[in-house]
Amino acid sequence: MNAVLKAKQEAAATRLDGADVPSGAGWSQAAREDALSRVRNMGLPSRRDEYWKYTRPDTLTSAEAGEAAVFETGEEPVFGSFDRLKIVFVDGVFSAEKSDDLALEGIEISRLAEAGDISWASELYGTLEANGQTPVERPLAALNTALATDGVLIRVLNTPSKPVSLIYHHENTRSDAVLHHVVKVEAGASFTLLENGPAAARFNKVLEADIADKAAFHHVRAQGRDHERRAVTHMFARLGTESTFKSFTLTVNGVLTRNECIIELTGDDAFAHVAGAALGDGDFLHDDTVFVTHDAVNCESRQVFKKVLRNGATGVFQGKILVKPGAQKTDGYQKSQSLLLDGDSQFLAKPELEIYADDVACSHGSTSGAIDEDALFYLQARGIPKDIATDFMTLAFLAEAVEEIEDEALAAEINGRLEGWLTRRRG
Amino acid sequence: MLEIKGLKVKLEEEDKQILKGVDLRVEAGKVHAIMGPNGSGKSTLSYVLSGKSGYEVTDGSATLEGEDLLDMEPEERAAAGLFLAFQYPVEIPGVGNMTFLRTAVNSQRKARGEEEMSATDFLKEIRAKAKDLKIDAEMLKRPVNVGFSGGEKKRNEVLQMAMLEPKMCILDETDSGLDVDAMKLVAEGVNALRSEGRGFLVITHYQRLLDHIKPDVVHIMANGRIVKTGGPELALEVENNGYADILAEVA
Repeated sequence: MNAVLKAKQEAAATRLDGADVPSGAGWSQAAREDALSRVRNMGLPSRRDEYWKYTRPDTLTSAEAGEAAVFETGEEPVFGSFDRLKIVFVDGVFSAEKSDDLALEGIEISRLAEAGDISWASELYGTLEANGQTPVERPLAALNTALATDGVLIRVLNTPSKPVSLIYHHENTRSDAVLHHVVKVEAGASFTLLENGPAAARFNKVLEADIADKAAFHHVRAQGRDHERRAVTHMFARLGTESTFKSFTLTVNGVLTRNECIIELTGDDAFAHVAGAALGDGDFLHDDTVFVTHDAVNCESRQVFKKVLRNGATGVFQGKILVKPGAQKTDGYQKSQSLLLDGDSQFLAKPELEIYADDVACSHGSTSGAIDEDALFYLQARGIPKDIATDFMTLAFLAEAVEEIEDEALAAEINGRLEGWLTRRRG
Repeated sequence: MLEIKGLKVKLEEEDKQILKGVDLRVEAGKVHAIMGPNGSGKSTLSYVLSGKSGYEVTDGSATLEGEDLLDMEPEERAAAGLFLAFQYPVEIPGVGNMTFLRTAVNSQRKARGEEEMSATDFLKEIRAKAKDLKIDAEMLKRPVNVGFSGGEKKRNEVLQMAMLEPKMCILDETDSGLDVDAMKLVAEGVNALRSEGRGFLVITHYQRLLDHIKPDVVHIMANGRIVKTGGPELALEVENNGYADILAEVA
């Protein structure tokens, strides 16, 4: 065994020694045991891993979470004006008091911590995560499956009248939250999941989503703005025939964010779009790591990631499209772009295509650039001050990612936030 | 209105003198035209007056109603009443034409300490003015200049001018890339803005545009200087004989 793997496994053993494995339904115990052995075998990520080349994992793997101050934004919560079913976690702990009744026509909602013998969930919990460990290991997701204290299990039988909204409050400056959600959208149904809030000083979250034939899953997320918070999130999605998956994430602030998205298109004519807009200022590292596997015919996948960086902020993009043998007529597209507002910021991108079918259209584009001086001058020459003109260009740059949100009202909500934050930042 | 004295300008990046002492005075209510061969410094003059970076003023002054233009940021010059209609209006994907223009109008008003225009008033005004320039609602909704034809871009410039109501308008080769009909439309838009209190500086290669926007004074610029000034007949002389005769005469 090589020394690097040995060190990683030792780190995993040390980490797990002090950890409590939550108890629960029998099926979840079995899944947690499986996950524990995955973590022990893989070890924890280290800086020498190819997959962690640009982002230091140590603060995400350490036994204790680092301290993170709570940021009082003084503004209305994101999605505040939307009719939705609210499920609230405070520092990773479910709050019955702040949440709505977990009942909505067309769907079944349970909490992981209280889950009884739910057969659909037992078939999924940890399964998509385990599948997603090849060809690239994701030990922090397996760690999550093993240690998650709670989460929601949502089965969508019929399209509900409103979205489910997961709200993550952060109150304790040293909190370390581990949540694991499972969503199953049954054939023909459509479901929207919203997520917002900083969640904890450190947040490890997994979302497994199984989208059946002709089903649709829409996901819009606004990650919390606490400057010192750290987060590692994984989203595993499996798509059936003619199904739709659309996910958008907005990230502003946060000292460290690693968002992984692992999508597997297993049914023909499926459609997966994943997008992100990030606005980073100063001590900020934002990492989007995406892996899309085409394993069916005539599927479309699209990745659109945009980052605006300044004052030393760092953006990372690792995106891969894997087209398996036989996945003909694949249409895969990947775009990662950064707008660097000064010379101190950096963007590191690693786009990859791996194609084993001969009738496919796959492309990727990664760019990094400063603001267009001609456009800036044009705006200024019309009387628009330079800082406002810069914000205009910033919003325009991010627009392509925000437009990936299907619901216009939700897209407007996200745009409104961005505009508001930029305006306040100008002071 | 606009007063330029002994203006000398070089490129910031290289040691190349573009303007070698320009003297020019445009009075309120008057239309001045600048004609001249390629490379004479006409466009540079318009950029330097509006504050584009990349140029260094080595000598001279430029004032608008007594205010030192060269000391101001581009947006301050705009708020002070200077407007440049670009030779090549810039396409800005992602920024809506309406949002852009409303922000411009209100930024200028704010800078001058005036009350901002309400959304309703703005909409009313822009609709009326767009109609005169045959700019449809769909064009207003699009991102700034994106997918606009050459004529549409120039009409959009005139619309901006009409909405911003500047004191001093510089038109940099507004006729370039326009067919006869488009030029007429643009010229009508400009003529509608001619007034007692407003000055115009029309930069052009050709007499053509000046058939539609009749100048009071015509200047010939060559090699970074104004070499000859006269009435509208000077433009006709250029049209008939080219620049060679004039340049030979002043050499």
